Amino acid sequence: MTALLNMDQLLDQLESGLREQMTRRGIESPTLIGIRTGGVWIADALKKRLGLTEPFGELDISFYRDDFSRIGLNPRVKPSHLPFETEGRDIVLVDDVIMSGRTIRAAMNEIFDYGRPASIILATLIDLGNRELPIQPDVVAQVLTLKETQRVKLRGPDPLHIEMRETE
Amino acid sequence: MTANDPSSQSLQLTGNGQLKHFLTLDGLDRALLTEILDTADSFIEVGERTIKKVPLLRGKTVVNLFFESSTRTRSTFELAAKRLSADVLNLDISTSATSKGESLSDTLLNLEAMASDMFVVRHSQSGAPHFIAESVTPGVAIINAGDGRHAHPTQAMLDMLTIRQHKGAFEGLKVAIVGDILHSRVARSQIRALNALGAEEVRVIAPGTLLPADVESLGCKVEYDMVRGMQDLDVVIMLRLQKERMEGALLPSEREFYRLYGLSQDKLALARPGCLVMHPGPINRGVEIESAVADGPQSVILNQVTNGIAVRMAVMSMAMSGQVSERTQVAGEQG
Repeated sequence: MTALLNMDQLLDQLESGLREQMTRRGIESPTLIGIRTGGVWIADALKKRLGLTEPFGELDISFYRDDFSRIGLNPRVKPSHLPFETEGRDIVLVDDVIMSGRTIRAAMNEIFDYGRPASIILATLIDLGNRELPIQPDVVAQVLTLKETQRVKLRGPDPLHIEMRETE
Repeated sequence: MTANDPSSQSLQLTGNGQLKHFLTLDGLDRALLTEILDTADSFIEVGERTIKKVPLLRGKTVVNLFFESSTRTRSTFELAAKRLSADVLNLDISTSATSKGESLSDTLLNLEAMASDMFVVRHSQSGAPHFIAESVTPGVAIINAGDGRHAHPTQAMLDMLTIRQHKGAFEGLKVAIVGDILHSRVARSQIRALNALGAEEVRVIAPGTLLPADVESLGCKVEYDMVRGMQDLDVVIMLRLQKERMEGALLPSEREFYRLYGLSQDKLALARPGCLVMHPGPINRGVEIESAVADGPQSVILNQVTNGIAVRMAVMSMAMSGQVSERTQVAGEQG
């Protein structure tokens, strides 16, 4: 397995990658939306680093998951909160970890129920590969290849750190 | 089928304590009621979006099975199911097959043959939704939309959501329910919910002729005099006076009832400042409530209607979720 960068380095990577994307696309004032829970913490950190004044949105994708008919409803669902119009905006969708891509599909479906954004950039802190859908992040801080027994999880919000553990 | 029927608990919960039918509040603990309210909070946010729809019950068929007429309850159930992306079939049974002599069981078998996933049932007979839940095909969820004098659990939960929105919590709250308690399934469910959620005091205010004999055993104090009963109240819930009760000689006259038990501005002034005014509807202005109070700043009657959609979305998705997890469990046990 690749050695893991520390949190500051990861956020530096994510920030510089995102700035590059924004410059390339001519986006000056993006709208950040974090996916609960880890993505919200990362969105908060990015907002400070980019010096954005607009509050960021929080998305709870429980109502949009594609596995309701297999596992049912998340009993701890919280309201999504997008305190701005999404119509015509340039959105940066933020999550801590991407793997299958199903969470991002659900999140994009949910975002479109609020309005039609001009564009969406996907920024994830860690990419674990193993994609099941044709969805790729535009900005990634680090790509990790885990063994089957290894798990990674973002802990936070204060301090933010990545927890790696071995399963039995 | 009594209000304390112990079988209702095992009937409406999965082995893991998840809701799979929603028949009564009996046997549901504070944690589960709170989960319903929290889930409903998330659905309120959905109702404020441009597109007020989530895909949770996409591909599911919900049948509104109303053996007793209703406008508000049926339409909010219908809207709730549609906002969950379910397909909805509204059956007004009083105008359909049962009036041609088909039995309830046969009607149900036919509806199950249409691959329905959920029945929302209103019936004038107490216990009808229980009966259906006992006999229905596994995997089909039953939601009680009001049965006889027994229960109207979604109405009680939307009332609880409205109270929590305005008061924050139930601790320390004194709540009165005023009017025809005897014939009210709403009152029975409200008393259960308020006690389970930890309200300080539940009071019923009514003439003796409109109180059930065992009313205190439901978990409430009794007050015959409304002027005394209004003291220290945080919430007052008015019940609709059903006009047909007048004919049963239970009441002297509408005017007399209004004088003694109607909610006027004068009587409301006796409660705590900011006391919420609630009513499950439809309201009889000038019979149980003064128009100025119903439309006044302390009235949350229209909030109740809005919250009804969110609570019904919560209960429908939780019951469907329970059916799903029970089915996967059974499948797992079978290897």
